[in-house]
Amino acid sequence: MTERIFNRLRGWWFPVLALAGFEWYARGIGSSSDAIAPPSAAVRAFVIAASDGSLLSATAFTLGAAGLGLLLAALLGIASGIVLGLSARAARMAFFSVEAFRPIPSVALIPLAMLVFGFGLRMEISIVAFAAFWPMMILTQAAVRQVEPRLFEVSQVLGLNPAQRAFKIILPAIVPRLFVALRLGVAVALVVAVTAEVAGNPSGMGYAMMIAQQSLNPALMLAWLFWIGVTGYAVNAGALKIERWVGRRMGAAA
Amino acid sequence: MSVPPVALDRLARPDEPAPPGRSRRVSGVLGWAGSLAVFVGIIGLWWLASHAGWVSRVFLPTPEATFISLQGGLRHGELLAFAGATFGRMMLGWLLASLAGVALGALIGISATMRAYLRPTLEFMRPLPASALLPLAISMFGLSPTMVLSVVAFGAMWPVLLATVHGFAAIEKGLAEVARCLQLSRAAFVWKVGLPNALPDILAGMRLSLTVSLIVSVVGEMIASQPGLGQAILLAARSFRANELFAGIALLGLIGFASNALLAGLEKRILKWQRP
Repeated sequence: MTERIFNRLRGWWFPVLALAGFEWYARGIGSSSDAIAPPSAAVRAFVIAASDGSLLSATAFTLGAAGLGLLLAALLGIASGIVLGLSARAARMAFFSVEAFRPIPSVALIPLAMLVFGFGLRMEISIVAFAAFWPMMILTQAAVRQVEPRLFEVSQVLGLNPAQRAFKIILPAIVPRLFVALRLGVAVALVVAVTAEVAGNPSGMGYAMMIAQQSLNPALMLAWLFWIGVTGYAVNAGALKIERWVGRRMGAAA
Repeated sequence: MSVPPVALDRLARPDEPAPPGRSRRVSGVLGWAGSLAVFVGIIGLWWLASHAGWVSRVFLPTPEATFISLQGGLRHGELLAFAGATFGRMMLGWLLASLAGVALGALIGISATMRAYLRPTLEFMRPLPASALLPLAISMFGLSPTMVLSVVAFGAMWPVLLATVHGFAAIEKGLAEVARCLQLSRAAFVWKVGLPNALPDILAGMRLSLTVSLIVSVVGEMIASQPGLGQAILLAARSFRANELFAGIALLGLIGFASNALLAGLEKRILKWQRP
């Protein structure tokens, strides 16, 4: 019994010790530094940010931009992935263009998006959508290619038209794999959203963290870093849970 | 610290058998010509959009203007130097990240106790965006090249580290028993059993961390004003020189493409023993 409790707690030892060491260092040797603050001060800054609403609004902005960007990427990516997966000729035709545009790092488009949309939600959505589009498209394409060939024969026998084939045969067959792609897209979307805010878009969690650093408030900066980590962990864990649940309900994705 | 490794490139290659009645080579050449034609068509659409004024020239330069500034920048060495700086930063950061990731990953992965104690912490760090560490690094190291390099290396280390830990955790029990029978020392076990076993995972992680290093290098150059393509495209956009902006974006795409292709070739060669 005690052994079980001990095993459960093993994962907590390292972070607790590391935080305690950091606290000791920041209060002693590093206490004159503008760069670091003890974790206890970060907790205080976190509570203040949480109570004055800035935490909530920045988190909502980042998650909203990531979500809307992912939605756009999913719609476009799934549609084009189905086309490329169904037709080998279309896949061959698109091959060169896909390979030419896909390696462009999403952050390279930040200055362009600023130029086109200015600061704000639309600019961030467009960057997130570009970054998440490629994995969505490629994983959808792979999923369609792995659909059981007999299902296509069934649709031929039933005389379904292409639209019916897409919505009645293919989409239901690839749902578990689509959720795998979506989980991957969630991770990409959140990372890219925060990166766009750090690199220039003046809203959201990444920008709040940059401002805390620039106003020499290391406690608030560390609080934001911690909060970004918690949000990322929670969102990813949630996406994984949904993916597994869908996989169980619809037949596990290989 | 980033997304889990998925070999997207391997999924992307369409390698269907050639349609019957034609030799494989002919259809391959035709396929290449077709896909090249589609690409040229996209460039043509760009030409039309910029010349017919569908999109404002402020955002969308003509393809010729982009090509001229790309050519001029490469010939006069300005753009070439920036591209070299970004590429060097990315490669150095990636190499440091790979070394540190494999070393730390082997250290943690070899012992089940270490894994049990550290894995939850590592899993918490995994989804943290590497760029979120930039403010922390700025306040610690200031706006210096070392700061950018350290964030590149630290951010790109996680995919390799987690992949190495995973690779070591997945060593078959039989192999460990064989090693015990042969009385291999711990170091020999790591070198002869552990690392070769984890190699496919490590390479997948290294591929992902290459992407991360490019992204973090560019963002770091943007916010710390270090010479490189990141700074160049930001300045070009701020002064509304869209042709230079597009030239920079094209070069960054080229760097991404070339480094990925290089690594894919390397991976194929290193993992030859895996395929029958």
